[in-house]
Amino acid sequence: MTTSQIALWGLVVGFIITLIMVTGFAYTTLFERKLLARLQVRFGPNRVGYIPIPSRKGKERKLLGGFMQPAADAVKLFMKEDMTPAKVDRVVYFIAPMMAVFTAIAILAVIPWAGKLPGLPAQYEYFAIAPGINVGVLYVLAITSLGVYGIVLAGWASNNKYAVLGGIRATAQMISYELAMGLTILVPIMLADSMDMGQIVAGQKGMWYIFLQPIAAIVFWIVIMAELQRAPFDMSEAEQELSAGFSVEYGSMRFGMFFMAEYMKMIIFSAIFAVFFLGGYRGPFVDQFPVLGLVYTTLKIIFGLFLMIWIRASLPRLRYDQLMAFGWKRLLPISVINFIVVGVAIVLVEEGVFDSLIRSIQQAIPFLG
Amino acid sequence: MGNPIVFLILAGVAIVAAIMMVTSRNAVYSALWLVLNFSAIAIFYLLLNAPFIAMVQITVYAGAIMVLFLFVIMLLGAEQLRGVTAAIGGERWQQVLAVFSGLLLLGTMGILVFQGMGDGGDTAVTINSSPAALGVRLFEVYTFPFELTGILLLAAMIGVAIFSFKKKKKEES
Repeated sequence: MTTSQIALWGLVVGFIITLIMVTGFAYTTLFERKLLARLQVRFGPNRVGYIPIPSRKGKERKLLGGFMQPAADAVKLFMKEDMTPAKVDRVVYFIAPMMAVFTAIAILAVIPWAGKLPGLPAQYEYFAIAPGINVGVLYVLAITSLGVYGIVLAGWASNNKYAVLGGIRATAQMISYELAMGLTILVPIMLADSMDMGQIVAGQKGMWYIFLQPIAAIVFWIVIMAELQRAPFDMSEAEQELSAGFSVEYGSMRFGMFFMAEYMKMIIFSAIFAVFFLGGYRGPFVDQFPVLGLVYTTLKIIFGLFLMIWIRASLPRLRYDQLMAFGWKRLLPISVINFIVVGVAIVLVEEGVFDSLIRSIQQAIPFLG
Repeated sequence: MGNPIVFLILAGVAIVAAIMMVTSRNAVYSALWLVLNFSAIAIFYLLLNAPFIAMVQITVYAGAIMVLFLFVIMLLGAEQLRGVTAAIGGERWQQVLAVFSGLLLLGTMGILVFQGMGDGGDTAVTINSSPAALGVRLFEVYTFPFELTGILLLAAMIGVAIFSFKKKKKEES
């Protein structure tokens, strides 16, 4: 393929995946509201849109109550008056939500969604917007680190003390947790011997990295939650202290864009966690039927979202100093030590120190081979 | 060097961003223009077939360092130049020195550009700049400078720790 064909492929596939992501974002909000409600013994949104089915025993029955709720929310957000508070810094005020959404969408480029689908261009090993990028993981880190700007600029441009404080809190938190994130991401890189997302998935054939490296997986999951500002790490949106934090001066769809960025990042980081530790698109029979890869990716993403919402419903928030202490004094040392241990272990395995041990384990559990 | 049109557009963006960064009255705007400049330079690295450097450029400079700059600006509330405009011009000898060193830099650059013309234009294409190759070079050929840089950074870190702990002790006593 020529350069222009590669670019065209990226544009078309990227456009389609972005559209799917936007729909996915809408339904993630519904999923979260429904699940949270169920975990708190409520019903959640169940009025807007349903499929009527024949009544039985004189009782009216409805199927999928509330499945149009995201559409109703979107209409509401778009119909609201889009007002700009006085004395905000207009340019930055407009740019900040765009930065937030841009960074959320840009990460999509390197995520592998499925294996070698039929109809895929011959030199592509797996299905992604931009497959085969040998610095894919670094790209994720780079775009994530740019994601801070949306929040910090929103806080600053709003000309509101609470917003600035919320923005600065969120930024400090994200920067602190990015260190542990970088160190834990190194573990799958070392195990797969590549920074290409597809190679990392391919390296997990037969053995997901979460089983090889449970510590790294758990630390990475915690860091993701902190990076996304999800409860119990939702320091930037403390109603008691900061009202709504950095987004307090934003209304209508401009607020919606922050919302969108947050939920899209939830989906994307679930996908990234799946790629690094849950075998990405791999699963039973995926080599025979590559289309199954899409199903496995979707299932793993839904599992990740479920976990995030479950944690949100179960755990109380941390205090801010506890949050910082946890990031710097617990997660960072754990990930440094883990990183060193993994590095040494990989070298020892390559030197053949554990050969007899591995052979005996393989004999004991034949399906691991 | 990739597509010349892409190069020209990027060069324009980088130069405009750099000029705006210096001339902006608002420090936050300056920081943002610098982020744009860094991003443009990262894409230059991509055009030069150096994806690793490009990503590191974005992560470290555009992502980490500039966020810290913004942080400091916002915490100090130093967005606007208030009452210091007169001092910004500096002393007369500073102005002369600045112009002189600027010309010197420009001259050196010009000589290098004209010397380099006609040879080595395509070397970037032939260099294997994958992360693996880069790592091997860094840890096998340039081990000593690499370790030295590490020690330098460590010294800076220890310095910061010493300063902040001293302050804390004073506050307690």
